[in-house]
Amino acid sequence: MNTILARLNALFAFSLSVTAAVAFACFLTTNFLDYSQKVDIDVNKVVIKNMEEFYVGDRHDLGHIIFTLKANFTPVFNWNCKELFLYLMAEYETPQNKLNQVVLWDHIINRGENPVVNIRKRSNKYYFFDDGAFLRGNKLQISLHWNIIPNAGYLWRVPGGGSITLDLPESYGTSRI
Amino acid sequence: MDIFSDLRRLNKRQVYFQVLNFAMIISSALMIWKGLMVTTGSESPIVVVLSGSMEPAFYRGDLLFLTNYRADPVRAGEIVVFKIEGREIPIVHRVIKLHEKADGKVKFLTKGDNNEVDDRGLYKPGQLWVERDHVVGRARGFVPYVGIVTILMNDYPKLKYAVLGLLGLFVLIHRE
Repeated sequence: MNTILARLNALFAFSLSVTAAVAFACFLTTNFLDYSQKVDIDVNKVVIKNMEEFYVGDRHDLGHIIFTLKANFTPVFNWNCKELFLYLMAEYETPQNKLNQVVLWDHIINRGENPVVNIRKRSNKYYFFDDGAFLRGNKLQISLHWNIIPNAGYLWRVPGGGSITLDLPESYGTSRI
Repeated sequence: MDIFSDLRRLNKRQVYFQVLNFAMIISSALMIWKGLMVTTGSESPIVVVLSGSMEPAFYRGDLLFLTNYRADPVRAGEIVVFKIEGREIPIVHRVIKLHEKADGKVKFLTKGDNNEVDDRGLYKPGQLWVERDHVVGRARGFVPYVGIVTILMNDYPKLKYAVLGLLGLFVLIHRE
C-alpha cells in the first residue's frame, strides 16, 4: 500500500483536486462582478464611398471612419482576467438587413500591459463594407465592447457605456483619407 | 506481480461484477456527454483548442465549453465554433461582421485574433459567409491546459492505446 507509486499517485490526485478547486474559486469569486466601464468615443471624420468589395466582387458602400477613444480598464483586471479583447462595433439597420454589425477596430490588452486606452484620430482597422449600398444618410451606432478572457471561467462579453449615434453623410465622398 | 495474482483469485461472480462495473463507467461517461448535449444545445459541448489562431486568448490544449441555444442569436464579437464543408476539424474564431435579415436569417464573417486576415481564405471556395447551420457552438466557458491530454493522445496514438489499456485493465482488476 505504501509503495512509492501509491504515494506519487495520491500526491498527483491531491494536487489535481487542489488545482481544480482553485480554478473553480477563481470563477466563483469573479463571476458576479460588474465589468462595465465608461468609454469616451468621438468620431472625427466619416467618408462614404461606393466601390467593388474585394473577394466578393459586387459594388458595395464602403465607410471610412476616424475615431478617438478613451477608456480605463484598470478595474476590470482582477485576478481572473487574463486578457481583454476590445472591439469597436458599428451597428445599423438597412432595408436589406434588420441588423448589421461590423467590427471597425479591435485591440488586445494582456494582463500586465497598460490598461489605459487613449487613442487619437485612428482610422478603422477592418474594411467597413456594407452588405449593399445603404450607408449614405444612414444612422450608425458606434460602441466599444469587450470580451473578458479569464484564467478559468465564463467568457463575458460586456457592452461599454458611452455609445454614440452618428449620422452618415448624404453623398459619396471623394476625399482621400 | 500481485495484481495478476489478484486477477487469478477472482471467482466467476467477481468477474461479472468487474465487467458490469466497467460497463457502468463507460455508460455514465456517455450519459454525461449526451446529457451535456441536451442541456447546452450543442452537438459538441466541450472542445479542445487545436491551433494557435486565437492566441493570446486560447492556446493549443485549452478547453472551451460551448452552448448553442437557438433562441440566443449570434452577435459580432462572439467566439463561434463552426464547421466548413470539406474540413473535418471545426474552426474556433471570432465573428467580426454580421448581417441579419428581418426573418432572422443570419450570415457572418469570422477571423482568428492571431490571424492578419479574415477567414474567407479558409472557407470552401466561393463561400463568403458562415451561416447559422454551420455553427457547432458558441464559446462560453474557458479552462486552460486540460485538453493537452487529448492532443498528446492524438499526436501519439500509441500513448492513447497504452493509457486506455492501462485504465481498462485497472478498472477490471481493481477491487475495493
